[in-house]
Formats: sequence, structure tokens, C-alpha cells
Amino acid sequence: MDFIQQAINGLGLGAIYALIALGYTMVYGVLRFINFAHSDVLMLGAFAAFYLAPRMQQVFGQQSVFGVIMLFIAVALICALIGMTIERFAYRPLRHRPKLAVLITAIGVSLFIEFTCQNPHVFGAATRPFPKLVAETQFHLGNAIIGSTDILVIVVTAVLLGAMWFIVQKTRIGTAMRAVSFNQQAALLMGVPVNKIISFTFGLGSSLAAIAGILYSMKAPGIEPLMGVQPGLRAFVAAVLGGIGNLPGAVLGAVLLGLLETFAGGVPGLSNYRDAIAFGILILILLLKPAGLLGRATIEKV
Amino acid sequence: MPLPGAKRWLLVGIALAVIATYLAPQFNRYYLGIVIDVGIAIILATSLNLINGHTGQFSLGHAGFMAVGGYFSAWISLEIGSSAHAQWYFPLSLLAGGLLAAVVGLMVGIPSLRLKGDYLAIVTLGFGEIIRVVAQNTEAVGAASGLKGIPQYTNLGWTFGLAAVTIYVITALVNSTYGRGFIAVHDDEIAAESNGVNTTVTKVTAFVTGAFFAGIAGGLYAHHKRFLSPTGFDWLKSIDIVVMVILGGMGNTVGVILAAILLTLMPEFLRDFAEYRMIIYALLIILLMLLRPNGLFSFKKFKRRGTA
Repeated sequence: MDFIQQAINGLGLGAIYALIALGYTMVYGVLRFINFAHSDVLMLGAFAAFYLAPRMQQVFGQQSVFGVIMLFIAVALICALIGMTIERFAYRPLRHRPKLAVLITAIGVSLFIEFTCQNPHVFGAATRPFPKLVAETQFHLGNAIIGSTDILVIVVTAVLLGAMWFIVQKTRIGTAMRAVSFNQQAALLMGVPVNKIISFTFGLGSSLAAIAGILYSMKAPGIEPLMGVQPGLRAFVAAVLGGIGNLPGAVLGAVLLGLLETFAGGVPGLSNYRDAIAFGILILILLLKPAGLLGRATIEKV
Repeated sequence: MPLPGAKRWLLVGIALAVIATYLAPQFNRYYLGIVIDVGIAIILATSLNLINGHTGQFSLGHAGFMAVGGYFSAWISLEIGSSAHAQWYFPLSLLAGGLLAAVVGLMVGIPSLRLKGDYLAIVTLGFGEIIRVVAQNTEAVGAASGLKGIPQYTNLGWTFGLAAVTIYVITALVNSTYGRGFIAVHDDEIAAESNGVNTTVTKVTAFVTGAFFAGIAGGLYAHHKRFLSPTGFDWLKSIDIVVMVILGGMGNTVGVILAAILLTLMPEFLRDFAEYRMIIYALLIILLMLLRPNGLFSFKKFKRRGTA
């Protein structure tokens, strides 16, 4: 297969992983635990879009760009609310408990969402076709074919990453987020409303996951309640790969993993082992650099 | 809750196993199957309790060890075939499965020397997934369609006899002078190290021992269900075992055994609500963590016997 073609596909996939990985890494940054329910928020985003898209098309007309933008915003808001609700009721009461208790709760929340949605009275376990949101065209670049969906994915991701960078580095709330991440107690003493900041972080991460969910469904248009598990796991590996808690690291890890997955998929016999390869590389990196590629190792003081 | 002497556990367990085997033919086959499931769950939960509870090394890949032991011993049984003496090789195939799982446990134990907490949890989860993916793509063990026609050698005697041995070995290990190192590593690794505990050896021992018994449980499971599929060993299975340990209270042997019994029987009681079973299970995990984070069976602050 063509190298450029593979690189483009890999970038498209990596861009989606990056959006999801940012959520994992931001939550880890402020609360130091892995939000296993993140991948289920992605799935809920895809389902929200599935139900909202026909309404949006009624209001704004078939395949209108404005309608799609409104759909993205609406779904992002819904999932931000879901993320904040999960944090408020499942994680906040455990804020000062051992990390393990929070980790197990997160797994519990994830299973709860997955099995509730699989219930025939909610979404059901069957795969459903995701509606076409925008007209698709293909561009030829030498031998390589670039789908408009891939371009959309990369552009949306780039815009959102820029926005994220701006929020975290340049705004007051971003400064507060970094303060909470650095030292929660000290931030509280300095008058930072820690609960609000953590809630905001969850909202932001969840809305990114929601948009990733729509983009993922546009690329692979079949949605079901367990659809978040695979991309979620990969994004999570990507976040750890780059050094969890580190925003540029998450993006770097995601792009690397996306490229790797696509190239491994092109090699005959290797494609079945894609999950194993992702984890194998993760283990290797963690053994060589226990804090991830861009993470900084901490020394425990006695 | 004071622990009864470890030897008493062994004797009670083996006596029960012998009586149960003698009475087994009178029981309904369906209930018999569930009771064997309970015994296997006890082995799994007790062995994970050594790693997660006593030693404090959070492992999310216990189903992987179980898969290694299960596949290997089932493969041996199938290779031996159905000669007249075939079932006398059963304990050997269980042992072989356990030993191979222990070797894999050694491989997982080594990262635990460099990684802690969340990172270790991720790596063990990754190991479990790798084992599953490899099983899914290996023709010799049936690949994705699984391993069929495994002879049914597992009975009440083997299950509860081995459960008693597991509980005995792990309790005796933790209560020995050497085994105090597990608890020391759990409480404070740096302090343990500076008091002369070889934390490296301790952590690897915990992984190897835990993996060995998980492998045995896997072998019992294979010869009980007579069918193995890679999807049966996904990380949901690991979570099941972790929940048993958490529910029982980390490091609380009696509690973990009770939790293993309770969680294996629960799906049977909820059979009429099959659609809601897993939702209830998930809610139970969340509520438990919110309301009783030290485990369902810890009524007072857990105190270990003989702690100086």
C-alpha cells in the first residue's frame, strides 16, 4: 500500500485519538486518576448526534455546514453536562479516598453506562447506521486518495487543539486549572474554587470526547453502546505513552499510535495483533521511560 | 475478625471436599456446576488478594494468568487424548498450567519493580489484553473460535481440595516471617526497604505465586466448562476478580472468600432480571466504593494477627 495513503489514514485516526486522549490527560492532571468512563462519554456523544442530526437537518436543511456546526456544539454541551454529573455524584465524594477506590468507581461508572445503554429499553445492543452529516468527496494526490471526512477530522482536531492550548495557557480559568493540577491544597488556599475548576475540566474533556465520538462515527458509520471501548483504550494508551497529565504528550502519543496502527494494519499477518502491539509498545516505553515520552519522572522523598 | 489457623483451613477444606465428592452424585447437576464455579472463584480471589490486598501491587490482569493456565492445561489434556489412564494426568496438566502462568507472572512482576499504582494497573491490564489477543490468533488453541471438547475432569473434590490448598499456602506465606515482607511492602515500600526487606523479591514472589494459583484455577475452569474462548478472559473477567477482592476487603482473607461466594451466586439469584443484572452489578460497585470502601465484611478496623 502507498506510504502517503497510510500516513494520511494514520493521521486521521491519530487526530481522533488525540481528542479523546486530551480528556484522559486533563482529568489525570487535576485529579490524578484514570477516568475509565471517558470512552463511554464518547459513545453517548455519538448517540446524541444520532438522535439530534435529523432534527438539525429539519431546521437547518440537508447537509448544511451551519447545521453541522450547531450539532457539534449541542452534542458537546450535552456531554459536558454528563461528564460534570458523573464527576459530581461518583468522583467528588471520593476526592480524599485512596486512588484505588476512585479507580474502581470509575470502572463501575463505565460498566454502568455501557450496560444501561445496551438494555433494549435504552439504545439496545444492535449496531445502528450513523447518518451522513456532510456530502463526501475525494481528492486525489498522486496515487493517494484523501476523503473529505479525513480532512474534516484533521481540521476540526487542529482547531480544537488550538482552542485548548489557548484556554489552558492564556485564560484565567486555564491558569486556575494548572494551579489545581500543580497543588490542589495550595490552589485552594490562594482562593481558587477547586470544585468549580475540576467540574470545568470534566466538562471540557467530555465535550472533546463527544466531538471525537461524532468524528469517529463519521469515519466508521456504525454505532453501538460498546463503540467507545476500542478508541477509548487506544487513546488511553496514547495518553500514557506521551506522559499522562501532559497535554502535548497526549497529542504526540495519539498521532504516533494512529500512524502505528495504520501501518501495522497494512502488514499482512500483523493486523490481528493491533491491540497487542499498542499495549506491547506501551509496556516497552513505560519500562524504559516510566513517566512516558514527555513526562517528567518524580523522585519520592522520604 | 481473627483468622482461624491456616492448617485448620486446609484440613476443613480437604475434609469438606472429600465429603462433597462422596455426596456429589445426589445433587442436581446445575447446582453442582454453580458450586464448582464458587470454588474456582475462591481460588482466583484468594490468589489476587495476595498481589492486590496483601502486597498492594494493583493488578488488573488476573484473567490473563487464568487464561494461560486454562489454555495450557486444556491443550495438554487434549494432546493426551482419551486413553484409559488419561484422567490420572489431570493433576499434572493443572500443575503445568499453573507453572506456565507463574512464568508469565514473573514477566509481569518485573515491570512492577519500576512502576507503581495507576501505571502498574495499566501495564497489567495491557498484559492481560496481550494474552487474550495472542490466544485469539493462535491456531493451536483454536484461535477466535476457542478450544472445544476438553474432557470434564473437574469435580468438587479437585476444586475445593485445591481451594483449600490455595488458602493454606497463601495464608501460611503471609503469616510467616518471610511473608511479613508482603505487608511491609503494602504499608510503605521505602520503609520496608530500609528495614531490610528485599522489596524486589517480595513483589515478584507475590506476582509469581498469585499467577500460579490463577493458572490452576484456569485449568479447573477449562476442565469444568469443557470449552475455552478468548472472549471469556477479557478484562471484564479481571474486573470481576478485582471486585471480589475489594468487596471482601483488601488483605482480609475471610472477607475475600465470602465475597467470592456472594458474587458468584449473585448472577444466579438475578437470573430473572437478566437484562438488568449487569446494571445492578455496576451500581453495586459504585455504591460499595462510596459507602463501604474498606470492603463489605470489615466491621471494625482490620487488625492483623500477630503484628508486633
